[in-house]
Amino acid sequence: MDLLIQHLPALQVVLPMLAAPIVMLMARAPRLAWAATTLTTWLTLGVSILLVQQVLLHGSISYHMGGWVPPVGIEYFVDPANIVVLLIISLMGAISMPFALRSVEQEVDKAKHGLFYAAFLLANCGLLGITITGDAFNIFVFFEISALASYALIAMGKDRRAVMSSYQYLVMGTVGTTFLLIGIGFMYIMTGTLNLIDLAQRLPEVNDTGTIRAAFAFLVVGISLKLALFPLHLWLPNAYTYAPSMITVFLSATATKVAIYVLLRIIFSVFGYEFSFSELNLGYVLMPLAMLGILIPSIVAIFQTNIKRMLAYSSVAQVGYMILGVSFASTLGLMASVVHLFNHAVTKAALFMALACIIYRVGGVSLDRMAGIAKQMPWTMAAFVLAGLSLIGIPLTVGFVTKWHLLLAALEGGLWPVAVFLLGTSLLATIYIWKVVEAAYLKEPAEGAQPVREAPMSLLLPTWALTVACLYFGIDTSLPVDLANRAAETLMGGYL
Amino acid sequence: MEWLGLYNYWVVVVLMMVGFYIVIAQGNLVKKIVGLNIFQTSVFIFFISLAKLDGGTAPVYVEGITEYSNPLPHVLILTAIVVGVALTAMGLALVVRVHELYGSIEEDEIHEQDGKH
Repeated sequence: MDLLIQHLPALQVVLPMLAAPIVMLMARAPRLAWAATTLTTWLTLGVSILLVQQVLLHGSISYHMGGWVPPVGIEYFVDPANIVVLLIISLMGAISMPFALRSVEQEVDKAKHGLFYAAFLLANCGLLGITITGDAFNIFVFFEISALASYALIAMGKDRRAVMSSYQYLVMGTVGTTFLLIGIGFMYIMTGTLNLIDLAQRLPEVNDTGTIRAAFAFLVVGISLKLALFPLHLWLPNAYTYAPSMITVFLSATATKVAIYVLLRIIFSVFGYEFSFSELNLGYVLMPLAMLGILIPSIVAIFQTNIKRMLAYSSVAQVGYMILGVSFASTLGLMASVVHLFNHAVTKAALFMALACIIYRVGGVSLDRMAGIAKQMPWTMAAFVLAGLSLIGIPLTVGFVTKWHLLLAALEGGLWPVAVFLLGTSLLATIYIWKVVEAAYLKEPAEGAQPVREAPMSLLLPTWALTVACLYFGIDTSLPVDLANRAAETLMGGYL
Repeated sequence: MEWLGLYNYWVVVVLMMVGFYIVIAQGNLVKKIVGLNIFQTSVFIFFISLAKLDGGTAPVYVEGITEYSNPLPHVLILTAIVVGVALTAMGLALVVRVHELYGSIEEDEIHEQDGKH
């Protein structure tokens, strides 16, 4: 047992990585591939939970890959900041798998199931790796592992536009990660190290050079491409719209969150608060972009008739909220961002799952096809409405917890116009969610439309599990808020 | 003429801009991948250049030699090249699929077929 505990950080990444090729061999037995993948994701979740426990009990864990002592060897580093993100990823992986069985059977060619689940495990492994590693170059490699797997997964969508949107994502994603690589190169020439903690210690000596400022710029722009910060979000709406439903659920809950975590790590832990916000005034860049990123995609979302696309634009807007919290450059703002990572993952995954239920029965989610659907699929729509309320930020939902802390952070910084802006943009979310509610509840089904039944249990249960989480953590906020508080304090404190 | 002595960095800058320009300006999907490759290659050359020491040899212990090139960036780039190959393969595979589905690999023609969105 001690041995197991000791090697938890490695297991977190290695488990899905090793399972992937095994699952790939099960191409002839789709159900078996699914079962093996589900088992792996639940074991991964178990590892995450044990890690949370260890970190809360004994503090940060530094794991030396292969026994090589850092900074020579690669270090895996688990602290209160990335444990939240690890938990989000493995939780979403585990909860979307029971959901996947029926949804994927319908949407993906049976012969490809083995490959599909193998790619899913690799995406999972890549995201976990980005989060847990303490080595700058490792971040790049894991970014590419998860990205390559997601390109393949998105391209497996039914619509032919899925392939094109995957291609666009590939081009933009590669530019993003290559920028990241350039930034890492610049940091390496100036400091001679790739270990993040080591970098944090050595960077202050060379901070005042153009090279380091260029490194910072490349890193921030590259990661912003990956996290879909407005106006670098162009790959996201198409990719989320045409990907298989289950992949939209998983990616919307994890991929951009992980990129945001890396951004936080870089600007707070590696370069430090002083350098990022006092010297380079990063806040002046992030705040307007975040506000535009909330406003414009929210307005665009209102005019969408494909609901999946509407929610994809809403995801871009939600990224705006997270970056807005960061741009306040205060512990409270940072805490609001981190708690929103969790809250938005739960909320958006619930919403996309409800849509996936409708796609399963109806075959599409355009507004006119959803007319009157609430009578036929009452449970699905009820989940959609509750999660929608959380997206808007109504009290007693997790969405409110975020909005509340963002408001507090804005007021604490004396930025009352931003506070007013926050309330105003919540209205925009109300409009687009209301459009769906209006179509589903108040309109009559189109004539000649085939009546449909409620979604099967295996789809409804995960959807409701997440919906209940939206409400539960909105009422009993202690767990996410406590974890986010620790994360924000750790990030603010830097590595030293 | 000191700046000429750093000519490999100038090559990096030129290649990077050429590659990036192709990615942005070209409408042909294969050419975009080519651009992406040039862009990545410039970064590889950058990493390799920064590890090279004038008069330095490979980091193998030989009597009488005191200066060595830094092997670490070379190893990193070995990994990055593998990643680059995987990306190119993935990109080209997608282009093949696009060609099967649309009968074209020109971006504007593909968007025309799908209707503006």
